[in-house]
Amino acid sequence: MIQIEKVNKWYGSYHALVDVTESVAKGEVVVVCGPSGSGKSTLIRTLNRLEPIQSGRIVIDGVDAHGPRVKLNAFRSHIGFVFQQFNLFPHITVLENCTLAPTRLRGLKPSEARDEALALLDRVGLAAKARAYPGELSGGQQQRVAIARALAMRPPLMLFDEPTSALDPEMVGEVLLVMRDLARDGMTMVCVTHEMGFARDVADRVLFMDEGKVLERAAPGEFFARPEHPRLQQFLSDIRTPFPQAA
Amino acid sequence: MIELIDTYWLYFLVGQYPHGPLGGLALTLILAVLGLLFAFPLGLVFGIARVSPWRSVRWPVSTLIQVVRGTPLLMVVFWAYFFLPSLTGQNTNQFWTMLTALVVFDAAYLAEIIRAGIQGIGKGQTESARSLGFSYLDAMRLVILPQVVRNMLPSLVNQFVATIKETSLGYIIGLTEVSFIATQTNTQVLTKPAEVYLLLGLTYFILCFGLSRFAFWLERHLQQRTMAKAHA
Repeated sequence: MIQIEKVNKWYGSYHALVDVTESVAKGEVVVVCGPSGSGKSTLIRTLNRLEPIQSGRIVIDGVDAHGPRVKLNAFRSHIGFVFQQFNLFPHITVLENCTLAPTRLRGLKPSEARDEALALLDRVGLAAKARAYPGELSGGQQQRVAIARALAMRPPLMLFDEPTSALDPEMVGEVLLVMRDLARDGMTMVCVTHEMGFARDVADRVLFMDEGKVLERAAPGEFFARPEHPRLQQFLSDIRTPFPQAA
Repeated sequence: MIELIDTYWLYFLVGQYPHGPLGGLALTLILAVLGLLFAFPLGLVFGIARVSPWRSVRWPVSTLIQVVRGTPLLMVVFWAYFFLPSLTGQNTNQFWTMLTALVVFDAAYLAEIIRAGIQGIGKGQTESARSLGFSYLDAMRLVILPQVVRNMLPSLVNQFVATIKETSLGYIIGLTEVSFIATQTNTQVLTKPAEVYLLLGLTYFILCFGLSRFAFWLERHLQQRTMAKAHA
């Protein structure tokens, strides 16, 4: 479904992505982790071309994402994207957030869009909040609406860019549960996340990135039990012991 | 003072109307309303152009705005009065001249209000709209601008206040707005300049102060609404 071939990206002289080559199969759930500044968010943002790349190729469902002939808006509408900061539209209701794109871009009648949106909101457990404004919801609720909004375009692929990093700890679980259910329904997903529990339970494959390179890729069992790269070993031990060890 | 008001109030409000052209306070308000009404869409387009990702759109508009903002309104009025007819080959009356000047001038200021408003909305809003598949212009129209206009409502009212005061410069080109009428009145009465101009000043003040308070109330009201939302 996704082929990433020798992708390079620079911010000025900073080499953010270095020869990244990867592929994601249909129905696969891939978790990308790594220390901050490792390029994982950059990578996921290049997939729907929120960020340009300088060389290489990214092909999604046969479409060259960074090619000159891609119909960008149609291309993006087939990829759900969930942001760290939710980015719901604050001036319209939760329901309208979920019907805006389907009515405008999928050509649904308002009543159809409404029914679909309510079904999706029900799926993320928020049908009762349909008439609320985003500002009236908790962070966890907002993120679940953001997932419903993305799903409303019926994308075959969902991208998550640190979906739980901006949440209070007690709200992380509700978002991860929605994501897990989505994965179990067979959605192809790429998730940048620090939630190692999610990676272990839900991912088919885990990638570890550092300094713009994918250093390790493995099934979660292997990944956590037998990390090969020293940077990954360090990373895993760092996140297991969040306090610096006394000397 | 009472006698002055008693004699001249109608003249002050509408000028020589219905026996001559409409003037006075009515003309001032019509000018201000029309000025802002026409300037708003233009300011909107200019404001969007100011933050356009395309340089060829951004530059000419930015230049125009900087030139207008770096010039007193009186200058713009003179240009409209003396220069525009030689360009179009048609003599325009004072009303349209003043309106043109006001629209150009206000559009430049509104554009800056709109630009600030657009830039005040996080880029996450554009990104999430684009990632759903909306075009740049649709993202602007459906997601960014509705928020900008709501946030900028108090600034727009303040710009209207400024516009009301700006119409007084129509006096220079013989437009019979309320300042001109007051001067005419003063010439007729001769003995009461302080009273005449006090009344004129009071009129402007009541209008502008009232509107400023309204803008302030609007600002607090909108703020409270978003605060209530954020803490709900």
